[in-house]
Amino acid sequence: MTELPLIGSAAVADAPLSGARIGVVTFPGTLDDRDAARAVRLAGAEAVSLWHADTELADVDAVVVPGGFSYGDYLRAGAIARFAPLMGKIVDAANSDAKLPVLGICNGFQILTESHLLPGSMVKNDHLKFICRNQVLRVENSNTAWTSDYTQGQEITVPLKNQDGQYIADEKTLDELEAEGRVVFRYVGFNPNGSRRDIAGISNAAGNVVGLMPHPEHAVEAGFGPETAGEFSVDGLGFFTSVLSQIVGGK
Amino acid sequence: MTQETTAKFNIDTVANAAVTPEVELPWAELGLKQNEFEEILKVLGRRPTGAELAMYSVMWSEHCSYKSSKNHLRQFGAKVTEEMKKDMLVGIGENAGVTNLGDGWAVTFKIESHNSPSFVEPYQGAATGIGGIVRDIISMGARPVAVMDPLRFGAIDHPDTARVMHGAVAGIGGYGNSLGLPNIGGEMVFDAVYQGNPLVNALAVGVMRHEDIRLANASGKGNKVVLFGARTGGDGIGGASVLASESFDDTKPSKRPAVQVGDPFAEKVLIECCLELFKHSLVEGIQDLGAAGISCATSELASNGDGGMQVELTSVLLRDHTLTPGEILMSESQERMMAVVTPENIKAFEAVMEKWNVEYSWLGEVTDTGRLIITWDGEVIVDVDPRTVAHDGPVYDRPYARPSWQDELQANHFNGSAADSERPATSGALAAAVTELVSSPNMCDKSWITKQYDRYVGGNTALAFPDDSGVIRVDEETGLGVALSTDANGRYTYLDPFQGAQLALAEAYRNVATTGAVPMAVSDCLNFGSPEDPDVMWQLAEAIRGLSDACMELSVPVTGGNVSLYNQTGTTAIHPSPVVAVLGKLDDVARRTPSGWREDGQAIYLLGTTADELDGSEWANLRGHLGGVPPRVDLKAEHTLGEILINASRDGMIDAAHDLSEGGLAAALAESALRYGVGARVSLGEVAERDGVDLFTLLFSESQARAIVSVPRSEEVRFNDMCTARGFAHARIGVVDSATEALEITGVDSLPLDALREAHEGTLPKYFG
Repeated sequence: MTELPLIGSAAVADAPLSGARIGVVTFPGTLDDRDAARAVRLAGAEAVSLWHADTELADVDAVVVPGGFSYGDYLRAGAIARFAPLMGKIVDAANSDAKLPVLGICNGFQILTESHLLPGSMVKNDHLKFICRNQVLRVENSNTAWTSDYTQGQEITVPLKNQDGQYIADEKTLDELEAEGRVVFRYVGFNPNGSRRDIAGISNAAGNVVGLMPHPEHAVEAGFGPETAGEFSVDGLGFFTSVLSQIVGGK
Repeated sequence: MTQETTAKFNIDTVANAAVTPEVELPWAELGLKQNEFEEILKVLGRRPTGAELAMYSVMWSEHCSYKSSKNHLRQFGAKVTEEMKKDMLVGIGENAGVTNLGDGWAVTFKIESHNSPSFVEPYQGAATGIGGIVRDIISMGARPVAVMDPLRFGAIDHPDTARVMHGAVAGIGGYGNSLGLPNIGGEMVFDAVYQGNPLVNALAVGVMRHEDIRLANASGKGNKVVLFGARTGGDGIGGASVLASESFDDTKPSKRPAVQVGDPFAEKVLIECCLELFKHSLVEGIQDLGAAGISCATSELASNGDGGMQVELTSVLLRDHTLTPGEILMSESQERMMAVVTPENIKAFEAVMEKWNVEYSWLGEVTDTGRLIITWDGEVIVDVDPRTVAHDGPVYDRPYARPSWQDELQANHFNGSAADSERPATSGALAAAVTELVSSPNMCDKSWITKQYDRYVGGNTALAFPDDSGVIRVDEETGLGVALSTDANGRYTYLDPFQGAQLALAEAYRNVATTGAVPMAVSDCLNFGSPEDPDVMWQLAEAIRGLSDACMELSVPVTGGNVSLYNQTGTTAIHPSPVVAVLGKLDDVARRTPSGWREDGQAIYLLGTTADELDGSEWANLRGHLGGVPPRVDLKAEHTLGEILINASRDGMIDAAHDLSEGGLAAALAESALRYGVGARVSLGEVAERDGVDLFTLLFSESQARAIVSVPRSEEVRFNDMCTARGFAHARIGVVDSATEALEITGVDSLPLDALREAHEGTLPKYFG
């Protein structure tokens, strides 16, 4: 079978000029891996497929843990995926001196909290339904590996789609996150799932690990993402150009 | 991977059946008629074994054999021109038809019903409806890329409707969202006729390269037969409890659920696993397990192949070790596939299974005996010609006749009826009527439903609800893509089944053309009452005749579909509801036309003419009237309108287009304004005079072959010339004007968009929370 070019096109298959390699992890039940790979390519990096059972990180410069329902999420979102062999490698690399940049989107965010790379957890939306909508977010910290191309306080629109998106943590943790500037994104106008303090995304202390429920990889291409009055948002591309700048700058 | 233990039954072998002709068999309980049982005796030359009886009973059921509709369905294959065959790579009869998209791409799509299970258990019924249709698409070798769900439920304020609504929508979302397939559209109709028989139809579309097309056949003696995916359990065995007589074990559950339970994670893994098998060409033939489970898969694979098949049933991996052979053959457990693999590819096949952690078991092999032989621990329990099971079932010429009440129904026009006596005429009454219409159950905003579906996953969704069609990009380099719309109008079809079916096609065709796509192929889901009622049978016969005629006239072939009968409670049938899906092609999805106005100053044109055609309309429905004849069908006009919309889109002459259907011009204007929150000033006096109708009729009539478009000033001359050259009625009725923040129609009180939106969006949350 010819592989469908759902992961981008032959035209950009050649290694991009930046030389940056960004890994995209696939677990059984991952859904948005092709989308994350496309976003990586559109930003100008090479997307490297990583399989959950791999035991090496294939020399990638950063990792995206994309959305989906890993292992069906029947137990608790991300609870099984965190035990995948590759996750151990990712946790080690993220916590090492090299501070591998890691982005967790939706189910990826849930996996990162289950892996203790990020604090807190996600529970079922307060309205108990799956929700898919175009969501406005405010960038509360533009100094992380994944947000440096945004300006502090910038409002961006990206899709949100989840069942278990309500971010919770104890008050002490929430206060710490606020105090340390680790609340990276907040919902604006409408809190779609009952998340504490309107938190949509957070980072670790070093700022190399970021997780959020909304989907920046679905707002990277005009014509195929959230639109308002016929205008398409490509606001999500900034995540991937941010990390690319850091990778290229560091080389 | 064999079972730890083989359950011990008092097995009814073929040898035993041959010497015990006197054994009473529960054929009636399994749904077989006397004549059908006698036919089985004749085919076999002996009494069937319990296992054979199980197979025949499910495969000869209405659902699997199409025995009541087959004689009529033949028209879809017969009324096909050479032109229509040009792009058809695989036609009716396979799991799904395949259409050539060009550039080496092919697309496959199909719509099916999952009505009864969705009434009994809405969540699982609707969920497994998605699962089943997606497996049909995988079976063709395609990657599924999107789903759609036409839904028809009972009255919005009936207490049971909320149960079905919450369950079915959550089930469709819960299953479809977990597969990573964007849900790009569908329908939602409320009508008391569907109270006890809700319609839950599901459509899936997939894409592939030409060389990747796979068919369901078992060829090549010595090739191995493998069953993979979920284990086989006791779910979905209809009426099979009577086969408990085979068992020695009295402790097993006596009644098993007849509704299947879905596991979307298993299905997602199965999709990726199958695509990897296809990529490495590891299967010779493949078939999904849906209705009738292993009975269907073995008999269809064998009879479509070139010989026979031998299968050892104790090799089937089970969830429940107490299942009898008959139950295993009939089980409709979800997320299972059967494939034929050459001996050389066994290792590679197993490696793919191990990679995805998918369970599999080798059941047997392809033979050249022409027989399907199934053994249990080596003892033969089935020995049949597979064709007699899969294809040579009974076919009925059911009696049908135009219902005695049809003439009276058609004579009862809305115009002049008691319900029509207070036709809105003042500017205030007309504005109130528009607001009432857009907030009515069938015309209101459906985002309460669609926001529970993932429309973005895959990154190729170019249009989705509430635009006229869902549009999906197929090729990221060229922008090649497809548009899909499903439509049906049960009221029209009730008033006139022949024309109603044609109108369903006309609307779906128009919706696809409205987005700029060229209509190419049709899939249909024919939802009707009992074929044993001559009235219903007449509706079915007329609908099929009308639809097949119209397909030929519009040159769009039917490539597959499904018939769902017995949708009735007691003697009261649903409105005949032929749901028609049309697939179209866009050379570049970036050029697709959305339904909403955007740019100030663009001219709004109404294409087509309006007559007083309120019979069966949404307005008449709101006034509790159903009678008369549906809007006139004019397929030539539909074709010309389609050409205009497609050319105008391709050549950049229009920025927005919206078809006129249920709710007429009033609904279309409101929807185009609300889509992006951009208003307009509209004046309809000249058109009303041209068509000889009053303002109310112009706004609410449901005359066909109409659309509204917005045209940039610079394109007006060219656009007018094109319509004139094709002799198609067109009139400039207004201008896009965001400053108004309202829909301003001369002779109608101003409709501020905020209030209109509140009315439009408030209805479903009001009833469903």
